[in-house]
Amino acid sequence: MSETTLVAGQLFNGISVASILLLAALGLALSFGLMRVINMAHGEMLMMGGYLTYLSIAVFGKGAGFAVGLVVAFVGTALFGALLEITLIRRLYGRPLDTLLATWGVSLILQQAARSIFGPIGVEVTAPPWLSGTLSLGGTVMTGFSIPGVRAFIIVLAAVVLGAVALIIARTRLGLLIRAVHENRPIADALGANTRLVDLAVFALGTGVAGLAGSALSLIAPVTPTVGQSYIVYAFLVVIVGGLGSLTGTLVAALLIGVFSATAQIATSQSFSDVLLLLCVIIFMQFRPRGIVSQGSRALEET
Amino acid sequence: MIRRELGLVLVLVAAACAPLYLPAYELSLLGRFLALAVLAMGISLIWGTGGILSLGQGVFFGLGGYAVAMHLKLASADPGAVPDFMQWSGLNTLPWWWTPFGNPAFAIAAAVIIPGTAAAALAYLVFRRRVTGSYFAIITQALALAATTFIISQQQYTGGFNGLTGFTSAFGFALGDQRTQFGLYWVTVGIVAVTFVAVRALQGSLFGKVLLAVRDGENRVRFLGYDPLPFKVIAFAIAGVLAGVAGALVTLDLGVISPAMFGVVPSIEMVIWVAVGGRNSLLGAIVGTLIVNFGKDWISSVFPDLWLHVVGAVFVLVVTVAPRGIVGLMQSVRTRSLRLRPVTPPALVE
Repeated sequence: MSETTLVAGQLFNGISVASILLLAALGLALSFGLMRVINMAHGEMLMMGGYLTYLSIAVFGKGAGFAVGLVVAFVGTALFGALLEITLIRRLYGRPLDTLLATWGVSLILQQAARSIFGPIGVEVTAPPWLSGTLSLGGTVMTGFSIPGVRAFIIVLAAVVLGAVALIIARTRLGLLIRAVHENRPIADALGANTRLVDLAVFALGTGVAGLAGSALSLIAPVTPTVGQSYIVYAFLVVIVGGLGSLTGTLVAALLIGVFSATAQIATSQSFSDVLLLLCVIIFMQFRPRGIVSQGSRALEET
Repeated sequence: MIRRELGLVLVLVAAACAPLYLPAYELSLLGRFLALAVLAMGISLIWGTGGILSLGQGVFFGLGGYAVAMHLKLASADPGAVPDFMQWSGLNTLPWWWTPFGNPAFAIAAAVIIPGTAAAALAYLVFRRRVTGSYFAIITQALALAATTFIISQQQYTGGFNGLTGFTSAFGFALGDQRTQFGLYWVTVGIVAVTFVAVRALQGSLFGKVLLAVRDGENRVRFLGYDPLPFKVIAFAIAGVLAGVAGALVTLDLGVISPAMFGVVPSIEMVIWVAVGGRNSLLGAIVGTLIVNFGKDWISSVFPDLWLHVVGAVFVLVVTVAPRGIVGLMQSVRTRSLRLRPVTPPALVE
């Protein structure tokens, strides 16, 4: 292993951590930007996606099971998200701190339910045969550096999902409505946009993407009842650093935080890198309190 | 008004006499939960009055707890020797920043000053750039996560996951002794009473009124010529101090402080005590702390698996059904019983 491959390997690890963070944070950023809702149960959507993938593999076998699992995880968590929006989030509109507490309650219930159904230890998902290989780059300066197939898959998945969400927002009618509501809710409402439906769609889309993240995560780590908890705080930091409801900001922030954590963990330790990360976020906020990409607005009060 | 004050004094007398009629186990629970109520009153001040939701009060609780625990650990070690967990980690000289904690007065002062200063510094750095609301809540939660992982990792200095425990005496009193327990209980009741009176006076003062105004319309307060920053920083520092005091008392009572007592999950549970009691009421903070904690003790001993479901449901219900908590519910019952017909709100213009 030369110096270059070591650095490249580290960078690659950072990017693969960043892809999962990106998938986890995407839904948070969208619903936070649009509805000012903090969904503390978002981590449990990851968990749910992981368990749904596990179940699909148990039903459809190793080869096709994972592909089915991706679809089931997306649809299942999106439906659950829609249900959550209709029954709970909608009632708390305009009280962001209260949504935070209520969804935390939901996350506790979901965790305990997972513990009762699947046991506290967690379940393993084995990667399908078509992902278990490695990509090696022999014959170049990168000799000895190889990319595990699952990690490469996660990065590709994150890129595809990000591209799809960006396309939806930029090119479809739903995207037009999302942008309108994001920019000015009362005016969009007055012009006839069904803001409730837009909220519902965005929230369900966000939880669905989190389900996909959980599905991807299950390839590299066992699915446990508390798997969501370990990612949610970082996902929130990504949202804060990225800026409200901005895809570009979320992408850049996820890359920054992913690569930062991976590098800091090598230089120091896991725990110290957490402390460093938080310090850096607080210092960052001194310069850009509204995140990397902030929407220009003349409004005095945040709505 | 006088009747209400009389009621409070009666409650105080009943609490002070509790060693006479409560069994030992219930008394020790009551003492510990009253200590937690000191922290809850701090949350009531910043959240109920100031509108600042902190999900990291456990960090300040922990700082207070560790300050006292470090002293107890040094006092329990053999003269000249380092505490046992340091020996296990192969550390044979005391780190310099441990040394002053050998002095009991320093340790007690540190249990108040360190959490207060840390809280003030955090609040200043974050509120200075007008970062508020959900952002602040998330930052404080990240703080709780970072603080606990950090303490767990520095095992040779902090005792790691197990925390600091195994104390023999506290400030010259034997810890197992019943008289020490009664004394600690009375000290706790006294601190709860003093805190209640002091925080209520603060809420009634000009400071409290501006803080309330900051909650309801921060920019309007700016237009009136006040800078909200010092009000928020001071309120948050006071809540930090109260959390530190609670941490010190609980550490003395339980004889242990460990990261599991103040991480992300315990920190957010602290908020729910106040939400259950009634976030706008100081008395509600105390009542909520006692009810939730006695409930937790009872449910987790009878149905261990049920507790998380119950607390999860409490989070959802208190926010959707009773956002003003138990005190709010009682108030609406009282107004309804005084006026036979419910007050009809003025018709909204549709």
